[in-house]
Amino acid sequence: MNSQSPRQSDVLVIGGGIHGLSTAFHLALRGVKVTVLEADYCARHASGVNAGGVRTLGRHTAEIPLALSSRELWHELGSVLGDDGGFVASGQLKLAENPAELEECRRRVQQLQALGFDHEVLIDQQQVFEIIPTVARHVVGGIWVKDDGYALPFRTVTAFRLAAEKLGVQVLEGTKAQYIEQSGSQWKVITPTAVFNAEHLVITAGAWAQELAAQVGEPVPAHPEGLMLMVTHRVAPFCAPTLGATGRALSFKQFANGTVVIGGKLIGELDFPARHGEVDMTRLGTSARTVTDLFPHLKHLGVNRVWAGVEAFTTDDLPVIGASRKESKLSYSFGFCGSGFQMGPGTGRRLAQQILGEHSDLSLAAFAIDRFTRTTSADALATHQHAAPITNH
Amino acid sequence: MNPVNVDVVVVGAGAAGMSGAVALARSGLQVVLLDEQGSPGGQIYRGITLAPLGRRDMLGPDYAHGNELAQALAASSVQYEKGAAVWQVTRDHQVSYLRDGRLHTLQARAVLLATGAMERPFPIPGWTLPGVMTAGAAQILLKSSGLAPSEPVVLAGCGPLLYLLGWQYLRAGVPIKALVDTTRPEDYWRARRHLFAALRAWPYLRKGLDLMRSLRSAGIAHYTGAEQLAIEGEEAARALLFTVGGKAQRVATRCVLLHQGVVPNIQFSQSLRASQHWDADQLCFSPKVDPWGALDVPGIYVAGDGAGIGGAQAAAVQGELAALGIARQLGTLSDAQRDYRAEPLRAMLESNLRIRPFLDALYQPKEANRIPADEVMVCRCEEVTAGELRQFVALGCTGPNQAKSFGRCGMGPCQGRMCGLTVTEVIAKARGVSASEVGYYRIRPPIKPITLGELAGE
Repeated sequence: MNSQSPRQSDVLVIGGGIHGLSTAFHLALRGVKVTVLEADYCARHASGVNAGGVRTLGRHTAEIPLALSSRELWHELGSVLGDDGGFVASGQLKLAENPAELEECRRRVQQLQALGFDHEVLIDQQQVFEIIPTVARHVVGGIWVKDDGYALPFRTVTAFRLAAEKLGVQVLEGTKAQYIEQSGSQWKVITPTAVFNAEHLVITAGAWAQELAAQVGEPVPAHPEGLMLMVTHRVAPFCAPTLGATGRALSFKQFANGTVVIGGKLIGELDFPARHGEVDMTRLGTSARTVTDLFPHLKHLGVNRVWAGVEAFTTDDLPVIGASRKESKLSYSFGFCGSGFQMGPGTGRRLAQQILGEHSDLSLAAFAIDRFTRTTSADALATHQHAAPITNH
Repeated sequence: MNPVNVDVVVVGAGAAGMSGAVALARSGLQVVLLDEQGSPGGQIYRGITLAPLGRRDMLGPDYAHGNELAQALAASSVQYEKGAAVWQVTRDHQVSYLRDGRLHTLQARAVLLATGAMERPFPIPGWTLPGVMTAGAAQILLKSSGLAPSEPVVLAGCGPLLYLLGWQYLRAGVPIKALVDTTRPEDYWRARRHLFAALRAWPYLRKGLDLMRSLRSAGIAHYTGAEQLAIEGEEAARALLFTVGGKAQRVATRCVLLHQGVVPNIQFSQSLRASQHWDADQLCFSPKVDPWGALDVPGIYVAGDGAGIGGAQAAAVQGELAALGIARQLGTLSDAQRDYRAEPLRAMLESNLRIRPFLDALYQPKEANRIPADEVMVCRCEEVTAGELRQFVALGCTGPNQAKSFGRCGMGPCQGRMCGLTVTEVIAKARGVSASEVGYYRIRPPIKPITLGELAGE
């Protein structure tokens, strides 16, 4: 640990999830002095309790370049961080359960090919059965991405934290940022115990980020949700890849220890003031049915635990990434709508580049914070250096 | 599936649950009592309605006392559901349970949790070997099926239940090779300031003394002040090793029964996010309750050992007090009626609890038997040792919930019941902070096992 005061640094990061710690790590690699403030403990919420899917499959087209660049980093994580976060390149498979769904998959793959992306591959029933012999016979095909996979969320975030700390990043847990303000050339972050100063401020506070953005007059139409997952008892290996479905909500994977994690953006209950996501068992019943339809032999498998993590959803299903359009030396990365874990490594690197003023071919224009308040959609594709006027929405 | 509406759901048909349910029904409320077992009684009165008279006699008069409660239950209007495993209670009083493989949900106006106690973990080297059991588990076998080990057993640890089981084994003709007591002279010294209060609970104290006397007069080898306990064996237990006054001892046995007291089962109150506090005398977490057993989650009450260890008689009184609190909340009693009826109950409760400080001080489990050495297994489901936990702390793990993420500690099928307190105390000691600051596992449903097929409603 660095013995210098954490209260004065080059960059302050609010939020010790995968985005904050990846950004801090990549900044520290370039010699920047960074302090991370975490309200709870690192990876407490969406970053640490998600299903662990490392998925480029099925992403919004605007996200694909960034997701693909992040995926490269996933494959190198072991050498970059000294810990691979438990990443397994299992491949991800989206199942089509009837001809209409298969047609939908075909159109998706064609659309991506027209845009120049060939990572998603349409496969037929026989190929599905070869990849996953135990799946129910009604499956007719799907989309296969062989370089996707899964990782262990908390271990991954911890690996980023430890690697960042090794580079001198100060991580302060139990330190909630209450107010932010820029005075002169310094950002001030007020917590219950101290005031922190830095030249540059980064907000990666997940579901709690929009409140901070609103403090500087950049409201984002987003709302928090509690996303549910369940994990089963151990069962003999039967499924190597990570699975999704086309016609219903599913994210499904068997870990090396035999447990099966089941999710798929299942919305639970949320007690936001208590920072707590609660499960709704009725909705999990639907999810259990999806699983037993696809794998009838799992009917007798015990559910060990269900839980819910807190995550922010924007109205257009895309995250906010990049520089503030109102204030100088302020950056955001939040609102990943339940798909942010895979993006963490690459987005942190990309944001660090932007903060350092380095060039990158990866555009962040689609993720600009002022896109919700601009009037024409054409603007959304342009790269702005200056803030558009904020209007009511 | 639409939930069925009822006034009150009581979870657990032990001393507190039975008396609470009966009292609620008496006040005119519609009550459903859910219990996992096939007959009422909980753990303390396990199998009370089914036990043959001979077994009842062997188990002693305290056990037979449960029959009165069971008879009152049978004569009441309480809807008693046996074989009902409650796997979720929500903050808005929905109670979900599984019976005969089907899901059922009740919507109650109030919920009384009477889920009792569980045995404190006893993590010492070799405690996971076949042939090692808890005294409580052994006693359940005796109560419910009349089963006892055929080989000479060694009883080790401390606390009333350990001696009671020894006494019951004597009466059942089960050979006892040794009683290895961890109680030391300084424990009596510490307990002495509570002796006056304990003497006022003379019948209880005398029972205990009688029990110890019968064990001694039966000629059972009795070691006191045992330290450095360990089970010897590779594939199974072969002997219990320990020291007394620094001198190494070894008692060969293939059956070791360990016990060092019971602690509140807080799975439900914790899953409801009710406030808990660290009880420095009983060395465990208990939910914060008001004088009626109400949690800080509106409409949810706890009675009996689940709110702090007080024993069966206290639990039965607490059940009645919670019933008064609930009846008041649901409007069938006025404040005055409630308080008037509570008065004699409070006096009884005080008398029943008088012995507690003495027992808590005398049988406080030893730190060495709670906070084990590095090589000792803490989480049995996921095989996490105390040493691994300490490594997690070195990597920044500050509490049990992170320990789950660091190394799956507490994430197995027992949901942390077998390791929770050990994990809290190991982390607290390693960090040099209080157990209270470290806290306990967040508990998530299902509290009892449920399969994907059952959840899917198949």
